[in-house]
Amino acid sequence: MYSESFEYFRPRTLAEAAKLLKKHKGSRLLAGGHSLLPAMKFRLATAKALVDLGAIAGLSGIKAKGKTLEIGATTTHAEIAASPLVRKSCPILSEAASQIGDIQVRNRGTIGGSIAHADPAADLPTVLVALGATVVAKGPKGVRKIRAENFFVDLFTTALKAGEIVTSVVVPSYRKGTGGAYFKHPHPASRYAVIGVAVLVQMEAGKVSLSRIVVGGASPTPVAVDSPEDIAGAISDPLSDTYASGEFRVHLATVLAKRALATAAERA
Amino acid sequence: MQYPVSITVNGVPRKHPVEARLLLVHYLRETLGLTGTNVGCDTSQCGSCTVLLDGKAVKSCTVLTVQADGAKITTIEGLAKNGKLHPLQDAFWAKHGLQCGFCTPGMILTACDLLAKNPKPTDAEIRHGLDGNLCRCTGYQNIVAAVREGAARMAKA
Amino acid sequence: MAANAFGAAIKRREDPRLLTGQARYTDDFTLPGMAHLAVVRSPYAHARIKGISTKKAAAMKGVLGVFTGRDMKDAGFGGIPCAWVVPGSDTKTPAYPPIAIDLVRYAGNAVAIVVATDRYLARDAAEAVEVDYAPLPVVTDAEKATAKGQPQLHAEAPGNQCFHWKVSGGDVEAAFRSADVVVKERIINQRLIPNAMEPRAALAQYMSGAGELTLWVTSQNPHIVRFLLSLDTGIPENKIRVIAPEVGGGFGSKIPHYPEDAMVVFASKTLGCPVKWTETRSENYRGTIHGRDHIQDVEMAAKKDGTIVGLRAKVWANLGAYLSTASTGIPTILHGLMLSGAYEIKNIHEDVYGVFTNTTPTDAYRGAGRPEATFMVERLVDLVAQKLKMDPVEIRKKNFIPPFTDGHPVATGLVYDSGNYIGALEKALQMLDYPGLRRKQVERRKKGELVGVGFSTYAEICGLGPSQVAGAVGFGGGLWESAIVRFHPSGKVNVFVGISPHGQGEETTFAQIVSSELGVPVEDVEIFHGDTAQTPMGWGSYGSRSTPVGSGALMGAIGKIKEKARIVTAHLLEAAVEDIDYADGKFYVKGAPSKSKTIQDVALMANVAWNYPSGLEPGLEASAFFDPSNFVYPFGTHIAVVRVDAETGEIKLERYVAVDDCGRVINPMIVEGQIHGGIVQGIGQALWEGAAYDENGQLLTGSMMDYVVPKADGFPVFELGMTETPTKVNPLGVKGIGETGTIASTPAIYNAVMDALAPLGVGKIDMPLTPERVWRAIRSAKPGK
Repeated sequence: MYSESFEYFRPRTLAEAAKLLKKHKGSRLLAGGHSLLPAMKFRLATAKALVDLGAIAGLSGIKAKGKTLEIGATTTHAEIAASPLVRKSCPILSEAASQIGDIQVRNRGTIGGSIAHADPAADLPTVLVALGATVVAKGPKGVRKIRAENFFVDLFTTALKAGEIVTSVVVPSYRKGTGGAYFKHPHPASRYAVIGVAVLVQMEAGKVSLSRIVVGGASPTPVAVDSPEDIAGAISDPLSDTYASGEFRVHLATVLAKRALATAAERA
Repeated sequence: MQYPVSITVNGVPRKHPVEARLLLVHYLRETLGLTGTNVGCDTSQCGSCTVLLDGKAVKSCTVLTVQADGAKITTIEGLAKNGKLHPLQDAFWAKHGLQCGFCTPGMILTACDLLAKNPKPTDAEIRHGLDGNLCRCTGYQNIVAAVREGAARMAKA
Repeated sequence: MAANAFGAAIKRREDPRLLTGQARYTDDFTLPGMAHLAVVRSPYAHARIKGISTKKAAAMKGVLGVFTGRDMKDAGFGGIPCAWVVPGSDTKTPAYPPIAIDLVRYAGNAVAIVVATDRYLARDAAEAVEVDYAPLPVVTDAEKATAKGQPQLHAEAPGNQCFHWKVSGGDVEAAFRSADVVVKERIINQRLIPNAMEPRAALAQYMSGAGELTLWVTSQNPHIVRFLLSLDTGIPENKIRVIAPEVGGGFGSKIPHYPEDAMVVFASKTLGCPVKWTETRSENYRGTIHGRDHIQDVEMAAKKDGTIVGLRAKVWANLGAYLSTASTGIPTILHGLMLSGAYEIKNIHEDVYGVFTNTTPTDAYRGAGRPEATFMVERLVDLVAQKLKMDPVEIRKKNFIPPFTDGHPVATGLVYDSGNYIGALEKALQMLDYPGLRRKQVERRKKGELVGVGFSTYAEICGLGPSQVAGAVGFGGGLWESAIVRFHPSGKVNVFVGISPHGQGEETTFAQIVSSELGVPVEDVEIFHGDTAQTPMGWGSYGSRSTPVGSGALMGAIGKIKEKARIVTAHLLEAAVEDIDYADGKFYVKGAPSKSKTIQDVALMANVAWNYPSGLEPGLEASAFFDPSNFVYPFGTHIAVVRVDAETGEIKLERYVAVDDCGRVINPMIVEGQIHGGIVQGIGQALWEGAAYDENGQLLTGSMMDYVVPKADGFPVFELGMTETPTKVNPLGVKGIGETGTIASTPAIYNAVMDALAPLGVGKIDMPLTPERVWRAIRSAKPGK
């Protein structure tokens, strides 16, 4: 309940934030704080200093950019869920964002914070991999664009290098004939995804011509497959806990993938 | 190390030096003496600590006081105006939406946010909207009725 | 309006302060110079304490003191008392030091305390206390703990057996021999974490000059805490003031006198300043009592026409590492004596073994023993029905005790007060359109849907209770209640009661009683509870006793007030006392009703005593104590309709009908609220909740991230109906209703799920019925079973 002491900084620019991170060894970035602060309250995570990104102008917001949407790193889940732009161009993203946690969590949690934390039980990584999104990060060596499927490397581990800060996520808008669905089996206590399945289909002449299925919650990082039947083979050592075994997760994922496929096709 | 914060709480500007690790809920309860906001858990599940931060429901146990610098906070103590209860407070009273009362401030403030975004929610939307607020006493049925009633009263006002 | 207050769904008097954040819960209090106490707890479930080093912690910022169990013992503080020892059960009562000295016996056991100027600094220093543990082997399962070669927790309890208790009625051996069918089941009534929304807290202020202690504490029974504190602190009982301020739910978990109550007293006494402790939720999960945790081997015998002839059970009740205040009475008296349920089961035998294990102590949790009995009976009745291919409604009707108003003895020795089990069942069936439901079930099953209906026709025991019975069964106190009714000169009323509600609404319902009995407007009556300096001795709020027992005392005091009022009125109207009657707020002369006085007139004159009967004491105040002649036995029928998703194992609650009978109803809105809350807790046990330990005694469900406290999502609107079968046990004819919902709903849901799965031939599924457990049961089912 009571974290250890730490210093706190609230820079106004990204450059300042990067400087602070470099200067204060053992410092960490703070956005919504809904993964970091609970861990710090249990003293499972510590930081000598927290560098709060909340006051940096231009780091949040959703913009249409051609056939993509650019979403600032400190945009909250609530903003994404409610955004008319997202609902129109990329509804699977607002569908997933609206299922994160609860109203209060969504008012604080951010897309940048969520993906940088890379919790296997999170919702956004699964959907971003399904969408083929790109993470934009700024570091000492400049700007880097990382495909979502390469961004999530392992449990709580991303491809970010030291000193890199996520600045935005670029999400492709739906093409004509795209349908999507995000189905989740939430943990009844924590509401994290025991299994989260993101399905995108491309319809042509009333038939599914392309489908992309991504499963989160069963493995350290989201896993992409072509069809629900491939899930069991693709996840050989599934995560498990007292609520749901690995075997059950894989089964749930298969069932949810089939159902999400049907819904995605209907919505296209 | 102390950090100066300026936070408007229930319309009153407050200024204090605080430690970075001081949770907003403790600032409200102990520094300001506004004990209406409660602490019910330590993993950000229960919602008893919910307040409005710049109009949005947040769990004040998962916000550092320093993060709220410059913000406007509304706690349960700030809902009634000039002795007149907020329609949601009236509704919870009318519908027996509380028993021990511990979860109630958080429940009402979350309902404020819910109704601000969705003034005519269905019962399912109310139930889903209260996912971040636990109650062990009421079984939720009268809370849902209270939020529905509150919505109706707010629509009339 | 006054005369109509009884039975009215008026808004609660408690609410204005709760709705505006003005209510003061224990952690809301600060006193000048107050310090904060943090507890250092053992991470090991079983270990020898080789040494504790407090030097580093003591030198840290803001620290006023760091203390160990030895410090507390040397200061004269004794062990936590066990207040219930059931006679004839060979109960062992090992010592329970508030802070462990040589041995820790469960993960969470306190090993040291730190007092500092603020709560953050107290936690910093607590982390710096160094404890050297030598871990010992661990046992967490109650049945396993009694086997040979298991770790022994207490030298005085060999085989970890705390007690062996039996209940017997009739001739169970003969019954089983004569039976046509016998069904057997092993039921795990799993351990639950009560999760009252307010964590526990205690604030002690010891004033050495006067030798007086004030303790603010989250308690359901401040007078009991005062008494027990006098035993383990040595402070005289009449110098202790315990205040239960606003308390945020209890459900039994705030009955016990806990180690932390004594710790803050010790710290305050030692340091000379007020000391407050507030638990975190994770501490609550380890240091506040758990509920249930029975392993039950049960058998029911019946004739082929469905008549139940016998019930036999062997139970291992997990008491945890130490005896909490009421631990031993829960799985015995409050459980085994109710094995007849709503039925005429003439032959019953149960052996209950209370067992120590390296887990958090268990004690009363909503229902306290009766859910464990009702689930057992309602499940077995369904299994017998299944075996005999009988409708679960028909078998219940066949075995119900027929309606009665004047007492009905059952095989376990209890005498139920009143009941109309068939009446409640028929009302529930009608509300549901039962025949229609079964027809729809057939149609839906044809379409491949797994839909089921489940019943729970319960009778339960509450309104604790007759003090003679309490004494006879080893409860270390009385179970009567008290009330003082005080009229002020202005005619306003204060009532002081020994019960201690924490959400149940007696500030409203008791005002309704005074109003309807004496003609005082409800808003002119204030009910005070929870402060031992202000209220008469009482035994608190638990076991659904506040209304059935508390109202008896209130009525006693009201009766004395009424009698005195008649005498005063007679004097004022120059009439004979025998000629004074009362109705609708007026004391009037029989036959001349215009000659009358209101209770307010009487209150004024009694207080000023200007024109007053000689020999009659002035004032209009009366106190009364009420010891009920029996417990009370509410009952009802709950019916659940569920659909199971065969692919995911998820369960959808489609309908829930509850017909309950708590005798006369004072405030229907409050009664319904109690039922709603109780139902959800019981559904929680059936579908989601369960405290799980690993083999090292680590609590796997260690926080609200893992332990499911039910949320608002997913419940249908509960359809409530009531029948009213008054009791003769108290003047108002009221029974308790606080626990019935929880007792009834667990088996209703469970039986519904099993009915849904019946066509598949699934075997037994242990609670909670998680999607995975249901899915696995479906996978390993043998159709045609």
